[in-house]
Amino acid sequence: MTSMQFILLIVVAMVAGMASVLDEAQFHRPLVACTLVGLVLGDVTTGIILGGTLEMLALGWMNVGAAMAPDAALASVVSAILVIVGHQSIGAGIALAVPLAAAGQVLTIFVRTITVFFQHLADKFAAEGNAFGIEMCHLGGLLLQGIRVAVPAALVAIVAGTDTVNAMLNSIPEVITRGLQVSGGFIVVVGYAMVINMMNAKSLMPYFFLGFLLAVFTDINLIGFGAIGLICAYFHIKGLERELNVAASGASTGNPVDDVDDSDLM
Amino acid sequence: MSTKQLTKSDLVSIFIRSNFLLGSFNFERMQAIGFCVSLIPALKKLYKDDPEEYKRSLKRHLEFFNTQPFLATPIMGIIAAMEEKKANGADISEGTLSGVKVGLIGPLAGVGDPIFWGTLRPVLAALGAGIALTGSIIGPLIFFVAFNVIRLLTNWYGVMYGYDKGTELVDEMGGNKMRYLTEGSSVLGLLVMGALVAKWTSVNMPLVLSEYDNSAGEHVVTTLQSILDSLMPSIVPLLMTFACMYLLKKGMNPLLIIVGLFAIGIVGYAVGLFA
Repeated sequence: MTSMQFILLIVVAMVAGMASVLDEAQFHRPLVACTLVGLVLGDVTTGIILGGTLEMLALGWMNVGAAMAPDAALASVVSAILVIVGHQSIGAGIALAVPLAAAGQVLTIFVRTITVFFQHLADKFAAEGNAFGIEMCHLGGLLLQGIRVAVPAALVAIVAGTDTVNAMLNSIPEVITRGLQVSGGFIVVVGYAMVINMMNAKSLMPYFFLGFLLAVFTDINLIGFGAIGLICAYFHIKGLERELNVAASGASTGNPVDDVDDSDLM
Repeated sequence: MSTKQLTKSDLVSIFIRSNFLLGSFNFERMQAIGFCVSLIPALKKLYKDDPEEYKRSLKRHLEFFNTQPFLATPIMGIIAAMEEKKANGADISEGTLSGVKVGLIGPLAGVGDPIFWGTLRPVLAALGAGIALTGSIIGPLIFFVAFNVIRLLTNWYGVMYGYDKGTELVDEMGGNKMRYLTEGSSVLGLLVMGALVAKWTSVNMPLVLSEYDNSAGEHVVTTLQSILDSLMPSIVPLLMTFACMYLLKKGMNPLLIIVGLFAIGIVGYAVGLFA
């Protein structure tokens, strides 16, 4: 690894860590973070494939309310470094990602707790009318989240590819890495289950079964499913509207069905 | 008293800052600092002649705040509009302002979470990941670009629309429209999830159940997988999904479930059940 690559790697890790708290641009998702690490380390294809594999694993990892999901940022960045620099299999990458996600979760909870200190500092600045101080408190919390990924990534980048680490990774027996790869085919069900539970709409489950059956017995691609989903949503809203109008005996105003824009269909 | 008016560029500043709402998320007041920082451009302008009110305004927007981050933007717009009225002498108390905020964070999270975290991100991520497994850069690009275009448009129109409509929007959000939006996106999300369970999982159970030569002299091998395929393909991932939903509802840690599924995969591979 050249020193330029090392610096870029730290930048990617920093950005992924900050994105993990912001949850805006999604630089912390495996699909993006692993690809960027691959790009920096000169093996973008491995980065993309590992990113796709880990994205399936992490599909349902989301921070809703105050609940903290396993941490995709640390898992993506560090396992991508180890796989690419140490020439490991995707299976080994999956094996590493799970404990790393748990470790990252602990780190982000730690940072989100000590950021309470910045919250109280911000109160003090507010009483003085010091907006710049409040902005710095905000930035402080953000930077800590970047550092909590960048420091572990830097440490791993220094030792990755050395004989000791490679020997350690190579000592993972084949039955484990092959077995992990096999599980990689269905591990995504945890993500699907988390997403379905989050929507918490038991009465809408027939749509889930419709999608399942259509996928099993036809060759419709995902764009097609999106279109079918929009049509189903349209009819569902129409039905719901009728139901609510009957309940309110025509007291409703406006025509919300107009919101379903036909141009979205394709 | 001259009228104080927020300009487009103030609103653009709020939009830019809104992209960093969660930066200092903490377990005490969550997105509080982020919300205050997003509004600072407006507060600075509105209360530049009134240092005492300026301090109070900074303080009141450091109160607890937590909602779906993209849908925090209409709240920022509404609050900016209300602060503008207040700065021009309208009788808007601090209680009213925090009432609007507290009243909106729950409903907006209720709409935003299923739309963005429940539908948009998993669908785009699954689409991108499926392509990425072939090693193509299109996979990550499609996810990143599509998600961010929709997110930035939401944040932009959130601030602008919230400011234009002001408190009018508060009534609108209480109406049926939000319910239509939530349920409609849940329908779309669930249908696609159902398709993904079948399409983007792979379970192969090559366990041989019987082997014989038929009357035509062909060698026929019946595996567990071929029987399952003739009954209902993808039934195994479907049942696994339901098992996971059940365990998650029981409060089991998702990482523990993932480790459990890995264990099943490794043991299954070792004994020849999975391949």
